[in-house]
Amino acid sequence: MILQAEGLRKMYGEFCALDGVSLGVDAGEFVSIVGPNGAGKSTLINILTGVTRPSAGTVRFKNREIGGGGPVRLARLGMARSFQLVQVFPDLTVLETLQAAVVARLGRATRLFASLARDREVQAGALEVAELFRLVDKRHIPARQLPQGDKKLLDVASAFALKPEIILLDEPTSGVSTADKTAIMDTLVAASKLVGLRAIVQVEHDMDIVFGYSDRIIALHQGKVLADGPPATILADQHVMDTVIGKKAVTPRAPTC
Amino acid sequence: MKTALAVGLGVAAIAAAPLVASTYHVLLMLPFMAYAIVLLGLNLLFGYTGLVSFGHALFIGLGAYAGAFLTTHAKIRSLEVILLVAAALGALVAVPVAALCVRYVKIYFGMLTLAFGMLFYTFVLKFYRLTGGDEGTPFLRPALLGRSLDAMPKIDYLVGPYYYYSLGVLALAALVMWRIVHSPFGLCLKTIRDNPVKAETLGISVTRHRFYAFVISAIYAAVGGALLGPPTGNVDPTLAYWTHSGNIVFMTLLGGFTSFFGPVVGAFVFIYLQNWVMSVVPYWRLIFGAMLAVIVIAAPDGLVGLVTRRRPALTGRA
Repeated sequence: MILQAEGLRKMYGEFCALDGVSLGVDAGEFVSIVGPNGAGKSTLINILTGVTRPSAGTVRFKNREIGGGGPVRLARLGMARSFQLVQVFPDLTVLETLQAAVVARLGRATRLFASLARDREVQAGALEVAELFRLVDKRHIPARQLPQGDKKLLDVASAFALKPEIILLDEPTSGVSTADKTAIMDTLVAASKLVGLRAIVQVEHDMDIVFGYSDRIIALHQGKVLADGPPATILADQHVMDTVIGKKAVTPRAPTC
Repeated sequence: MKTALAVGLGVAAIAAAPLVASTYHVLLMLPFMAYAIVLLGLNLLFGYTGLVSFGHALFIGLGAYAGAFLTTHAKIRSLEVILLVAAALGALVAVPVAALCVRYVKIYFGMLTLAFGMLFYTFVLKFYRLTGGDEGTPFLRPALLGRSLDAMPKIDYLVGPYYYYSLGVLALAALVMWRIVHSPFGLCLKTIRDNPVKAETLGISVTRHRFYAFVISAIYAAVGGALLGPPTGNVDPTLAYWTHSGNIVFMTLLGGFTSFFGPVVGAFVFIYLQNWVMSVVPYWRLIFGAMLAVIVIAAPDGLVGLVTRRRPALTGRA
């Protein structure tokens, strides 16, 4: 088991965002976390990536306790993430963005007097990822001038450039047109095989994407794990389908823990 | 290529200035070169890391007073030693100041640097025995490359050996800074300027990089500060006053913080313009205030930005 969470609980004052969530991710898995708004998905991702410290419970990554360890440490351990709201470096070009990730991966971020242009390993590493994500033609364009879909792709690509063992994607296709969604996912899955990624965890709303790509689906509802199983099992469970995916009105969250 | 050509022409022009320009204008080049060094450092923090310091006069003052103290009290005249001591002292003081300041951003960072600047200013003003209070301390003529030049008339010294010495230090400082901003470290600074949250998820330590950038900028400010001393021959507390911190931020904006040489151009224009405006009207601050407003509104990329704007894909900023 590469990533393991045990009894995660997160309180925001009286509000209980997560109420005893346990989950595990095995090597080779593509896991999707689904659930209605306010189910605790973002809180969960933020705890799993060390941004938020849980009120109770533990997260273990490669058998190491990482609760609230901070993003810098996790990135170095081999965990990468992308954000729900696309995060890019507006004034850096596609290539510079990827170079920064490679520089960080190789532990060269504090090389003060070395020439970046002459660092073959960094140059080649960045170009390789640009090719993987079909961003080569746009490599000299500043991120802020990219269309939304490409920004999203760049955000994910820079996470891949870290050559992580696991990647956590918070809505990798949000804010992207339906036509672009599958293109992004196909690129992502193809790239994950090439960089030797061991596991992908994503939060996703688009059920076509969720059922089309996942090995396993974890359904959250009111801060608890409602279901955890392969897509076929989830599809067969009418209660889960109604609660999590159904078009019915979502019941408001009660502040009980 | 265009940058290389412009830089080559610039260096040639500076080198030729003592041969063609009037002594008066050549003397104005001395503070320009000193400020250019300060601003190369300040812009590592401002343009490349996204932190605006309103306290860098502290380090200018530190360098200047280090030189004054060494020449007057310690009888050390070697400019090489003075510059090294200024750099070391700048770094030494910058370490605790930076460690505190870089934990904050935006206005909080600016205010904290301002606070440290004020502390130092008060220290310089009140520590009469060491600093001479508001009268300042003499900065005796330094020896260059081990040669005492006390026998030379002052003007000849300044427009001759001292002028070219300053140019040499500026060229070296620019070369080193060019390497820094084009290094992996420099790229990481830009990621932090653009999006610190994203930088951290890539494994780039934001506080550590800000800290290094701050210390480097302080070293540059101290070296530039030390070079400000000899032309006037005296160092006084106004060097460390907060308006002086404001002036160097103004110079940076004037030339353009989005380009490497922008601040250098800014220093040049500021010094000559200030000198000219002061000779025409007594209200130079009024004129400069209006100029600052126009720059911020109409030309946020500064003077260099106006020239290079035609290539928005390469140099423009949103």
